[in-house]
Amino acid sequence: MQIEAALGRAGLWFLLLLLSVAVAATAKDAGFAAHAVIIGVIAFVMIWVTAGRFDPIAGGRTFFKMPDTPSVYDDEIVRWGVIATMFWGVIGLLAGVFIASQMAFPWLNVEPYLNFGRLRPLHTSAVIFAFGGNALLATSFYVVQRTCRTQLALPSLARFVFWGYQLFIVLAATGYVLGVTQSREYAEPEWYVDLWLTIVWVAYLVVFVATLLRRNEPHIYVANWFYLAFIVTIAMLHVVNNLAVPVSFLGSRSYSAFAGVQDALTQWWYGHNAVGFFLTAGFLAMMYYFVPKQAERPIYSYRLSIIHFWSLIFLYIWAGPHHLHYTALPDWAQTLGMVFSVMLWMPSWGGMINGLMTLNGAWDKVRTDPIIRMMVMALAFYGMSTFEGPMLSIKSVNSLSHYTDWTIGHVHSGALGWNGMITFACVYYLVPRLWNRERMYSLRMINWHFWLATVGIVFYAASMWVAGVTQGLMWREYGPDGYLVNSFADTVAALHPMFIMRMTGGLLYLSGALVMTYNIWMTLAGKVRNEAPMTETPYDAERDKPIVDSRPSAAPGTAPDAVPAE
Amino acid sequence: MSLTEKHKKLERNITLLAAATFVTVAIGGIVEIAPLFWIDNTIEEVEGMRPYSPLEQAGRDIYIREGCYSCHSQMIRPFRDEVERYGHYSLAAESMYDHPFQWGSKRTGPDLARVGGRYSDEWHVQHLENPQSVVPESIMPQYGFLAENDLKIADARAMLRALQTVGVPYTDSDLEKAETDLFAQADPDMDAGDLAERYPKAQIRDFDGNPDRVTEMDALIAYLQMLGTLVDFESGAPLEELAEETGR
Repeated sequence: MQIEAALGRAGLWFLLLLLSVAVAATAKDAGFAAHAVIIGVIAFVMIWVTAGRFDPIAGGRTFFKMPDTPSVYDDEIVRWGVIATMFWGVIGLLAGVFIASQMAFPWLNVEPYLNFGRLRPLHTSAVIFAFGGNALLATSFYVVQRTCRTQLALPSLARFVFWGYQLFIVLAATGYVLGVTQSREYAEPEWYVDLWLTIVWVAYLVVFVATLLRRNEPHIYVANWFYLAFIVTIAMLHVVNNLAVPVSFLGSRSYSAFAGVQDALTQWWYGHNAVGFFLTAGFLAMMYYFVPKQAERPIYSYRLSIIHFWSLIFLYIWAGPHHLHYTALPDWAQTLGMVFSVMLWMPSWGGMINGLMTLNGAWDKVRTDPIIRMMVMALAFYGMSTFEGPMLSIKSVNSLSHYTDWTIGHVHSGALGWNGMITFACVYYLVPRLWNRERMYSLRMINWHFWLATVGIVFYAASMWVAGVTQGLMWREYGPDGYLVNSFADTVAALHPMFIMRMTGGLLYLSGALVMTYNIWMTLAGKVRNEAPMTETPYDAERDKPIVDSRPSAAPGTAPDAVPAE
Repeated sequence: MSLTEKHKKLERNITLLAAATFVTVAIGGIVEIAPLFWIDNTIEEVEGMRPYSPLEQAGRDIYIREGCYSCHSQMIRPFRDEVERYGHYSLAAESMYDHPFQWGSKRTGPDLARVGGRYSDEWHVQHLENPQSVVPESIMPQYGFLAENDLKIADARAMLRALQTVGVPYTDSDLEKAETDLFAQADPDMDAGDLAERYPKAQIRDFDGNPDRVTEMDALIAYLQMLGTLVDFESGAPLEELAEETGR
C-alpha cells in the first residue's frame, strides 16, 4: 500500500514536471519560462524525495542540529521558520546595503539585472515578506500553540504553508531580477505568483483558526487577536489590490483591473495596510506574547489591549490616502486619510504603552537583560515612528516631505527599529528553547548586536531626515529674482554625503545581524561562550575588606594615634 | 455589563471574533475607495486623452519592468515650484487609461509626467545609455542594453485585448492592426496607415537612431516622448481667464 501511495505521489510530481517543461517551452516571455523551470526543478527533486533516494528535510535537520526528541508542541516548523527568518533577513539587509551604495556610487549598477530599479523591490520584499513574513509565520505557530495549550491543528497543512511561502518568496525575488513586476509597491509579484500566495494564505488562515478551535483555554489570548486580524486583513488587501487581467496564461504580464485614480487609491489602501497589518498588527502580536514572557510580568492593561486593538484595526484602513496628498485624488479622500492618520496616533501609542508598562517592576532588566533591552528599544522606535507617521500625514508637512528621503527615513526607523529589533529579540528568546539549549551562546554578543543596530538606525534615520528636508527645501527655493534657484541635478548632488552616511548606517545594522547569525550558529552547535556574565555586578572578595595597617590598629571608637601630616 | 465583560463574548468565540474583525477592517475601504468609481467629478473630462498606441504601451511595460517608478514620479502637485519646474499640475484624466497607474512615491530623479517633447530623441538615447555623460550629477543606472534588444511582444493584439477587458476603449480596428502599428510607428520603411488618425498626436519616426531595427529603446523613448503631451492646456487658458473675471 505504501509503495503504491508513493508511486502515486511520484506520478503526480512527474506530471507537474512534464507540465512545467511544456510551459517553459511555450512561454511567451523569458521570466515566465524561468519560473516554469524553477517549478520543474522542484518537481524533479520531489520525485527523488518521494522515491526515498533523497531527504533534504532530514539533511537540513542534521545540518541545523535540530533536536531528535519529539517536542510537546509541534515545533519543527517553528525551527525552520527561525532559520528562514535569519537567512532572508541577511539577504534582505545585504540587498538594502547594496542599493543604498548604488545611490552613493552609481557605477555599482550592473545593467540589466542588477540595476537599482530591479533590486529595490527585491530589497523591500526580502525584508518585509521574507524576513518579516517568516518571523510572523514562525512566531504565530509558536504562540498559538502555547496560548491555546494545544498542538497545531493540521500539521501537514502547516508544513505546506511554510514551504509554499518559501516558494512564493523565490518566485517573487527571481521575478524582480528578471523584470517580472506589476509595479505595485510591496505587491510587485505578477498574477500567477499572487494566485499561489492566495492559496498559501488561505491555508495559513485555516491552520491558525483550526488551532484556535481546538484550544484548551476558554479565552483567546490577545496576541492571537492581532495574528488573526493580520491574516484576515492581508487576505482581503492582497486579493483586491492584485485584481488583474493576464495578457496570456503562458506569460507573466498582466494589467491591473483599475486605472489611474482608483488604481492609485486601491494600491495605497493596500500599501499602507501592508504596514498596518503585516508590520504592525502581526508584530504587535509578537510583542504581546514575548515581552510579558521575557519580562516575567503580565500585560499591563487588559482593558487597554481591547480598546487599542479595535481602534487600531478600524482606523488603519482609512489612512491610505495620505500617500496621495496633493495628487489628482479627490480632496475629500485626502482629507479623510489625513484625519484618520492623525487619529491613528492614539491606538498606536496604546500598544506602545501597554508594552512598555508591562515592564513595571522589572525595569532593572533593561540593564541586565539584553533581550529586554532590545524589546524596549523596539517599542520606543514603534512609538517614535507612529508619532512621525501622523505628523507626515498632515498635508502641509507632507507637501515638503513627500517624494523625498524623509519618507525613506521614516519607514526605516519603523522597519529597522520596531520590526527588526522585536524580531531579533523574539528569535533570541526562541532559539535556546527550540533547540533545548541552556541559553544563547553569548549574551554579550546580543549586547553588541543591540548597539550595532541602534547606532546603525541613528545613522540611517538622521541622514535621511537631513536628506529629505534638504531636498524638499531645495526644490521649492526661490531666488530674489523670482526664479527657482536649484536645478533638479543640484539637489541630487547635495544628497551625496547623506547617501554615504545612510550606507554606513545600513552596514552597521547588517553587521549586527551577522553577529546574531554567528551567535545562533554557535548556539545550535551546543556551545556556550565562556564570558563574564552581564547580569552580575563585579564582586571581588579579595578587595572587600578593611585596609590592614602594618602597625597595631587602634581599637574602634578611639582616635588614631597618629594623624598623617598634611 | 462592563466593557471587559462584554468583550468576553468575542474573545471566547473564534467565529464571532473573526467576523467582527473582518467587518471592522472592511469599512474604511468601502467608504473611501468605492465612491471613486461612481462620483462623476472624480475624473474631470478633458479633451485629447486617448489610449496608448501599441508601441507606447510596449514602452510603458518596459518602464514598469525596469522599475523606473522607484525613482521617478508621474504626478505634478499643484504648487508654484512644481508647476514651474515640470509644467501644469497633473489631472486625474491624464492617467485614466493607465493600468496600472505610475504616479510613483519618490523623486530620486525628476518627475516625468510631462517629459514628452522636452528633450530630443538623441538626448534620450545618450542619457539612457550613459546618464552621467549628459547630467554629471546623475545617479541613474545605465540602460544601454535597451538599444541592443529587439522589441519582442509575444502578441500585440492580446496585449490590447487584455487592456480592453479592463476598460481601455480600443476599437476592433486597433486590435486588428496592433501588430503592424507596433512596428510601423518606429520603422520608417513601414507604412503606418491610419495610425495617426486612430491615435491622435502619435509620433511616428525612428526614435533610437537606428532605423534598421525596432528596439526596446524605440519603445521606451516613444513612451517618454508622449508623456503629458495629449491634453492641450493652452486651449483652456481663455476659459480660465473667464472664470477669474466672473469671480468663480
